[in-house]
Amino acid sequence: MSNGPALIGSSGDSLREAFGKSLTQLAPKYPDVIVLDADIAGGTGMHHFRKVFPDRFVQCGIAEQNMMSMAGGLAATGLVPIVTTFAVFMLRAIEQARLSIAYANMNVKIVASHPGLDVGPDGASAQCLEDLACFRSIPNMTVISPCDSLEMDQATKAMLDHIGPVYMRTGRSDCKRILDHDYEFVIGKGKTLRDGKDLTIVACGVQVSRALDAADLLAKDGIMARVVNMSTIKPIDSDLLVECAKATGAFVTAEDHNVIGGLGGAVSECLAKFSPCPIEFIGVNDSFGESGEPHELAEKYGLSAGHISDAGKRVLLRKKGL
Amino acid sequence: MFQKESEKARALSLISIYKAGSGHPGGALSCTDVIAYLFLKEMSFNISNFQVKKRDRFILSKGHCAPALYAVGAIVGIMAEARLNGLRKINHELQGHTCRTNVPWVEASTGSLAQGFSFAIGEAKGLKMQNVQNRVYAMVGDGELQEGQIWEGAMFSSHHKLDNLCVIIDYNKMQSDDLNENIIGLEPLTDKWASFGWNVININGHDFSEIESAFNIARSCKQRPTVIIANTIKGKGVSYMEGVPTWHGSVKLSDEDITKALLELDYSQSEIAGVTNV
Repeated sequence: MSNGPALIGSSGDSLREAFGKSLTQLAPKYPDVIVLDADIAGGTGMHHFRKVFPDRFVQCGIAEQNMMSMAGGLAATGLVPIVTTFAVFMLRAIEQARLSIAYANMNVKIVASHPGLDVGPDGASAQCLEDLACFRSIPNMTVISPCDSLEMDQATKAMLDHIGPVYMRTGRSDCKRILDHDYEFVIGKGKTLRDGKDLTIVACGVQVSRALDAADLLAKDGIMARVVNMSTIKPIDSDLLVECAKATGAFVTAEDHNVIGGLGGAVSECLAKFSPCPIEFIGVNDSFGESGEPHELAEKYGLSAGHISDAGKRVLLRKKGL
Repeated sequence: MFQKESEKARALSLISIYKAGSGHPGGALSCTDVIAYLFLKEMSFNISNFQVKKRDRFILSKGHCAPALYAVGAIVGIMAEARLNGLRKINHELQGHTCRTNVPWVEASTGSLAQGFSFAIGEAKGLKMQNVQNRVYAMVGDGELQEGQIWEGAMFSSHHKLDNLCVIIDYNKMQSDDLNENIIGLEPLTDKWASFGWNVININGHDFSEIESAFNIARSCKQRPTVIIANTIKGKGVSYMEGVPTWHGSVKLSDEDITKALLELDYSQSEIAGVTNV
């Protein structure tokens, strides 16, 4: 008898694993929380929850539209459903999220693994680059994208304490710890991770780590970049952005998402209204991805620390009117 | 059994559509008898219990037929009849498609087909998970069965043995543009649902004794969800609308249209004058 194949991704230090572990730890204190899965629990981190709470785990099969609308009905009976699958498949059910959940402000949490080019070798079909734009434009929907396992843990709790629909991104690849142990996540609040006077880099998700690396690169050229972890994309932290605009007068946004409509869009909408200043956008330039390792894709599609650093230099020239 | 109440509900639906200046009369008229029966007899659902967990639930998945639900709500006294006058009007509660946000006795926000069906399945599963014995009823249209989501939900419900779920198909054989069979045919409908693991009951959806018998059978069926295929007539009760697809809507009812319709629904000339003069 041979052993089974090694399953990729059901262990390690990814955001999806962090989410699975956090939710499982929190679940005893939140008895109404249940998990909806579409035959992909090994990939979303929900295998942790299923193992400990089989009676609170609802297998919906590969049928995302039914799963999403059912979540509204489950919430109407007083439960708190967590809808889980890959981010692209959330798009498949976005109209269900709109009508069955958001329209009536149902208390449902939509937690999407596998966002962005971070998906890697599965290729463009699975690399969701549109979810932040889509879910951000749905009324009543809060949109969150944590950057490391510590923040994922806190964001999971905050999401459960929040009454109303939430869309949260996790992540596929292993990611390093960025935040200090005393970090505190609050929905709707960004956090300055590194101070600087010349420009502000606003990032979310896996791009926060690259933004910090970019700030190191810029420092070598004597440029002091502030780095903000904007883990809540909606509602965007306008107060912090305006404060950054006054202090630095130039921005780079960085997200593993299409440059259209995501974090960059949210930041621009705020700044255009309250404090206009030059902005450069780091994200996928309105194209699909392809197969490859996440770091290779980041390099090819312009998401790397080097790209962020270069954008910082460009925006500084614009700030100076050059 | 409830012909009188049902006829009154039909009239109220049409008056609200007439006053709104738009709406979907055909499907509202075909599903009224079943909805009236559910609220008048079948369900544990009334003005005193509609916000407690232990109650039965009804979801109108064919949300464009909201006027029928609102009218029945007025008939059973869960909503003031005068509120029907605000249907489809700005700054009023009664939306063109059912919305639970501002009408708390309405169970689900619907209007995009098949979503209410899945919402009902979610409620049935949720009640089971919490050991609540109440039942969930959902009304779907026949054209709605062309949505793939219906069959996702049909598989889920039988797999999860949701015997607290009863779905009624308002099988009036017509959808927006034409007969079902000229759009995408649904037959053999009984075999389809049976093969998906459902308890299937075929009835005349305008015969109250058949409606009563079907719900009784559904309640006694264990380990499987039930679907009642209610054979109905689109535009039922108004002769010039019966079986004519153009009354699917959304249509505007003229003074002459509403007058002819209300005469058939036993309104007197003076009552009709009271409607058309407002």
